Amino acid sequence: MTKVSMTVNGKAVSGEVEGRTLLSSFLREGLGLTGTHVGCDTSQCGACVVHVNGKAMKSCTVFAQDVAGAEICTIEGMANPDGSLSVIQQAFQDHHGLQCGFCTPGMVMSAAALLAENPRPTEAEVRHYLEGNLCRCTGYHNIIKAVLAASGQDVTKIAAE
Amino acid sequence: MHNFDFVKPSTIAEAVAALGQEGAQGLSGGQTLIPTMKQRLAAPGVLVSLTGIAEMQGVCMGEGGLHIGAATPHAVVAREARPHYPALAALAGGIGDPAVRNRGTIGGSLANNDPAACYPSAVLASGATVVTNTRKIAADDFFEGLFTTALHDGEIITSVVFPIPERAAYVKFNQPASRFALTGVFVAKFRDGVRVAVTGASQNGVFRWADAEAALSADFSPQAISGLSVDAEDMIGDLHGTPAYRANLVKVLTGRAVAAA
Repeated sequence: MTKVSMTVNGKAVSGEVEGRTLLSSFLREGLGLTGTHVGCDTSQCGACVVHVNGKAMKSCTVFAQDVAGAEICTIEGMANPDGSLSVIQQAFQDHHGLQCGFCTPGMVMSAAALLAENPRPTEAEVRHYLEGNLCRCTGYHNIIKAVLAASGQDVTKIAAE
Repeated sequence: MHNFDFVKPSTIAEAVAALGQEGAQGLSGGQTLIPTMKQRLAAPGVLVSLTGIAEMQGVCMGEGGLHIGAATPHAVVAREARPHYPALAALAGGIGDPAVRNRGTIGGSLANNDPAACYPSAVLASGATVVTNTRKIAADDFFEGLFTTALHDGEIITSVVFPIPERAAYVKFNQPASRFALTGVFVAKFRDGVRVAVTGASQNGVFRWADAEAALSADFSPQAISGLSVDAEDMIGDLHGTPAYRANLVKVLTGRAVAAA
């Protein structure tokens, strides 16, 4: 076992890990941050997306030791400091951007990464950016709507198909 | 997956030394290697991360063309290569999905040489040079078939140098589940001729389509290849497409790439 240290949601953390310990395992089992979900464990589904030094990555396909010293942001770090939902999270609630909710942490983290790069994306850009996040309930329309609403755009004309 | 010792050197020299250990394997972005290890198709005893080496990062113009550090993620190539080599930047921006592009690297892709990966087609069509810790390897000598390259054990790709063509384009027919190329064609027109490299189609990995290169060197237009056909014998056949389907895609995508270049 090797000691690994990093910053998670603004807090310095450390723990003992093996070589094979994935970032997703370290977050969930080492730190108890179970908001990061592991869906497919093959880097297809995107439920495990977190931000590593501000970039969206699939935490099931990164070793914990490889991001030692990095700044990690997980879904637990997305709410406002007073505990209220962030703009993106609130938009997911307002527009019912989830059904079972399993994919939601990854969707929110990918949406946050998109809006940081591109504050007013088109619908096509949102769909393209979320290509690596799968919703097995197939609730994509409301997810897209939530992301567009979080960017401050009017979504009343987008049909809930 | 089986456990291993993890090391993360900060220089190429340290990485070469670490890779000299019994059972050692290099790890770049890991977007292929980690899933492979989870399936126990690979079980290295020592994993040597190459992502902490500053001299293997970055995109810049230099002698011979565009120099890309081997550990540069696809997302950085997509952004920083755009002013210099837009077709290459577009290819990098179409690999996998955004989270994969933030982690996966050009060097990792080339060293793995997946028969459906995008980058090998750009390297081969551009006539790029693969630079390692010991030598420079011409693209034509680098790819040796399915998951096989000219790299020796313990040899590390440190950068890739791309000559800049006059015109170029990459057209990829997406396999939508894996986001790999079901077939992809990179066409690059240089002053002294055209190079056409095909990925995703052949059982032997990326290859140059010589007949199309000759036809397009004489007349760089989609019509120039209309009389050509591609032999389906060596093409990949799977549930996504038969060998004949892929052979047809090679021709169709080549035409589209020429039109887009």
